[in-house]
Amino acid sequence: SARTYSCPLEIVDRTCTIMCRCASPVLVSECLGTGGSVTMRVREAACSTCTRIAVPKMKSLFPRIKVTCQAVIMKLRRNITVTNDCVVFLNPKNIPAARDGMHLGFAWGPGDILVFDTVYKAAGQCGTTRSGSSLIHVVRKDEDIYSPILRKLFNESHHIFVGLQTIREDLPSKNKKPQFVSISKSYRSVIRACMEELQQVSILLAIELIWNLCEVLFIDAVPAGSLLLHLLDWVRLHKADVDEKAREVLQSESPVEHHGYWDVVVSYVLQGRLEEARQMLAKQAAQQYADKNMYKLMDNLLSKMPVYNPGSIHTLTEFDVKWRHWHEEVDRCLQDKSFASNVHLELICKILVGDEDTLLEHKELLSTWYHFLVTRLLFAHPTIKPTELHYYAQSCMAMFLDSRSAPETLDSILLAAFDFDIHQVIKDCSIALNNWWFVAHLTDLLDHCKLLQSHNLHFGSNLREFLLLEYASGLFNHHSLWQLAVDYFDHCPEFGRVYLELHIERVPLDTERKALKVLRICEQRQMPEQVRSICKIMAKRALRNNRLGSALSWSIRAKDAAFATLISERFLQDYCTRGTFSDLDLIDNLGPAMLLSDRLTFLVKYHEFHKLYGEKCFTEAAKLLLSLITAKIAPRSFWMTLLTDALPLLEQKEVSQTHPHLSLGLCDITQAFALLDDLTVICVFWSFQEEDIELTKVELLRLALARNLAKAIVKEGTVDA
Amino acid sequence: MESTNAKYVSQKISKTRWRPVSSSALQQPHIFATGSWDNEDNKISIWSIGDHGLPGMEDELEGDPQLLCEYRHDGDVLDLQFLDQDRIVTASSTGAVTIFHHHQNSQTISVARQWARAHRNPCDNAPCTGVVCNSPEIVTVGEDGRIILFRADQEGAVRIIENADSNSIHAVTFLRTTEILTVNSIGQLKLWDFRQQSSSPSQILSLTGDRVPLHCVARHPNQQHIVATGGQDGMLCVWDVRQGNTPFSLIEAHSAEMWEVHFHPTNPDHLFTCSEDGSLLHWETASHSDMPSFLQGGRNNSMISRSAMAPAGGNQSLISAWLAGDSGKGRLETTHMLPSQTLSVNSLDVLGQCLVCGTDEEAIFVNRQVPV
Repeated sequence: SARTYSCPLEIVDRTCTIMCRCASPVLVSECLGTGGSVTMRVREAACSTCTRIAVPKMKSLFPRIKVTCQAVIMKLRRNITVTNDCVVFLNPKNIPAARDGMHLGFAWGPGDILVFDTVYKAAGQCGTTRSGSSLIHVVRKDEDIYSPILRKLFNESHHIFVGLQTIREDLPSKNKKPQFVSISKSYRSVIRACMEELQQVSILLAIELIWNLCEVLFIDAVPAGSLLLHLLDWVRLHKADVDEKAREVLQSESPVEHHGYWDVVVSYVLQGRLEEARQMLAKQAAQQYADKNMYKLMDNLLSKMPVYNPGSIHTLTEFDVKWRHWHEEVDRCLQDKSFASNVHLELICKILVGDEDTLLEHKELLSTWYHFLVTRLLFAHPTIKPTELHYYAQSCMAMFLDSRSAPETLDSILLAAFDFDIHQVIKDCSIALNNWWFVAHLTDLLDHCKLLQSHNLHFGSNLREFLLLEYASGLFNHHSLWQLAVDYFDHCPEFGRVYLELHIERVPLDTERKALKVLRICEQRQMPEQVRSICKIMAKRALRNNRLGSALSWSIRAKDAAFATLISERFLQDYCTRGTFSDLDLIDNLGPAMLLSDRLTFLVKYHEFHKLYGEKCFTEAAKLLLSLITAKIAPRSFWMTLLTDALPLLEQKEVSQTHPHLSLGLCDITQAFALLDDLTVICVFWSFQEEDIELTKVELLRLALARNLAKAIVKEGTVDA
Repeated sequence: MESTNAKYVSQKISKTRWRPVSSSALQQPHIFATGSWDNEDNKISIWSIGDHGLPGMEDELEGDPQLLCEYRHDGDVLDLQFLDQDRIVTASSTGAVTIFHHHQNSQTISVARQWARAHRNPCDNAPCTGVVCNSPEIVTVGEDGRIILFRADQEGAVRIIENADSNSIHAVTFLRTTEILTVNSIGQLKLWDFRQQSSSPSQILSLTGDRVPLHCVARHPNQQHIVATGGQDGMLCVWDVRQGNTPFSLIEAHSAEMWEVHFHPTNPDHLFTCSEDGSLLHWETASHSDMPSFLQGGRNNSMISRSAMAPAGGNQSLISAWLAGDSGKGRLETTHMLPSQTLSVNSLDVLGQCLVCGTDEEAIFVNRQVPV
């Protein structure tokens, strides 16, 4: 029994060692391309023991940079299936690298598989190994995501999905049902809108057909009587070519002589559109004077056919009695050969009486077994109960389809639906379709209708969440649709958040605007880790490009003190080399953000000192300088610059005269250096002396300090006296 | 809203702009351009609503945008402006500035001129974030903090202000022919005068302290000293650039980044904003209404207005409704222009009675009956 291999795996190295995400057992895979097929063998079936979907470790696999590689598009789930002994079959036609004799390695990603050539040596084999191709191929799992027209489907249905999630849980189920039905209809109308634009509509047609049937049987869950009416609507909607043909006939010069005339009449009858059939017949009757009574009789039969009206006061039993009465009347007409002289009318009569052989003779008008089923029920069992459907569906399919040809996937899906086997429908659809869109949305809706509760998966959280995660992961891999996926993850209570956390960090950030959008998503959901990581990436990029101001802003946003320190250091370095500050518009406006790191505070304050100095507020400048030195937030390497900056202040005659306490303050510095931190000063000066260029500066400093100290001592003495 | 038309276009729309109509003709616009972002292949597209000149056009199709032509655009379209009726200037995430020529006879687009990597960083691309035109002059700004003045007919740049900003400049607008205003990612508005040769702004305005990034700026069409800005916190600010450092009013408009703000070009009592939170708002100051403000109270209960300063002197009749200070508080009406949306509305443009906007949900909305 084959099953879809959805257990996520992680590649460890390029030599084909693969680890299951459930961690413990190691799987070794080997790939052998032989002529027609590629086999990947996984030696241990460890993944079938997975009880949960562990968090994928994609870091090594999907770095933020986009891997530019040759994309291979293939229907993965159709061509790669994993049987119980874990053998993966790939269709080699779609992978150019899968040449004869080459070995392939593969790695599971969140939505894609990476396939690459490997150098593989079987045990005991020696000799030259061919060098593999350097290409990595991306095998896409959800191919339909990349269709430009289906993007409309994804975007519009996203809106409906979000609406569905906000339907309140506490409403009585009676009130919710109409809402669910209307949501189901909205989904279908979006599918129909897409069909109008898509050239190849067959897949969408099938999707809509299945969805519609599921809506009737599961979501609306109509009772006997109404059930048939809904099924009739279902068939009419999907066999709309009758109307086209009818239009063609009616627009011709003489409709009754048109070769398609009787086909249209019979098709109308087969679909239970008796009123339209009568109108068509009336045209014929008007010309056939000879058979006038026969047409009148047929018109009478058609008009009298009882139709169940769910809103009326009559019960289903009453309707059944009425219908049997009518059925006997039709049968009587057939028995006494009332229509024997007109083959067409006799055919209609036979259909009305529900004659299976007659119906089967007109397969081309019915075109599908489910049309046959509905027509047969209409004229033989109009009060069919939902529970009886399966029996008739199976027999109709067997009667209609050639016994030699196996039923197609669509047939078995519909059959499973008639059998009310929801899980089989979802499972078959997952395997047959190229997208996760359909199963994810349908399952979500059915889950809201509380129809899926009995079923438990032996991995992940539940079926709804599993499928939503698959779909959303596919969206997230898309370069543009990733934004939609966020809302899907939000509504997966168990694993949604970890998935989002892992994916969101890997969105390539080309512009600040995009980074801001990603940040907004993270901030709204309180994901500080991701916010920090994104800001850091932006800060690093800015730093690489020498955009110090930008880098600082980003690291402040990330509250990243270490990085802010690093950038402040760069600012100070730049100042030392250039002698001027840059990016003042930011540095002067930091406000409380400057407290993020000591170095940043120092940078801001140091610039403030320069500003004060420039404005000739020497007293304030000196005070600030003093506090900078004594608070010890200045980097050691910067002391020399600081002291040099102090030099003119020390020597400023005006200052020392008019502001004695300034010198006093500076005296404190000197004292502080001399007495408290002797060793440090010595070390610092020692290190200064090692550089010849600095020597003069140091001498000057010493002199200035000494002179200032002397002056200060004198002053202090004077004050004391 | 009934008069709003939605069209899904399979590309996330970053910019929408109406083609200007000649003022003498008094006609409604019917052609607009869009730019996309975040696609593998981005495009600029020209659309038409109604008046296709096709006989027998059904009513239901009227207003549904029809694609006239499109052209590949290298990088995300970060800004898009009509230079004149036929020429469109775009700003790209690659740093390029391109003039496209829309040939209306053949409905084709060609590249008229391109300045590749006009904005650039030493190691990476620097996206060009904003462009403003005053034909033939084009001013562009970018994440590299540079301001560049181009002329449509000249190959090289006319003027480059290096390091105009320590951070990224997000938007730019003309105040006068020689004066521009830029907003940056640390919440500052900077005025630049091209007549001065210095590379520092003639004035810097900012909301003190919080450095909330500003994303958009719009100038009042008649009163050049009035500008509106929108930022990351969704706050709408109206400034009088003559009046120093604080904005005249501060209104909590959106719950997320405000991407664009526009005054109505002919009826500036109306203002439009759109945001990352998925809403598009229509603001109206009832300046001509004589109704006392207490009769209109309670309509905008979600808003706070911290505007305090009364305009200092001057001719009262010239003072715009947007600067009416306290009295403007109760007179501001807001309307949501879009049905509930979850994804960002990235861009809007309004001209005459027509409004167009584009979203991350890959839809274009057109409203042809904007009540202005």
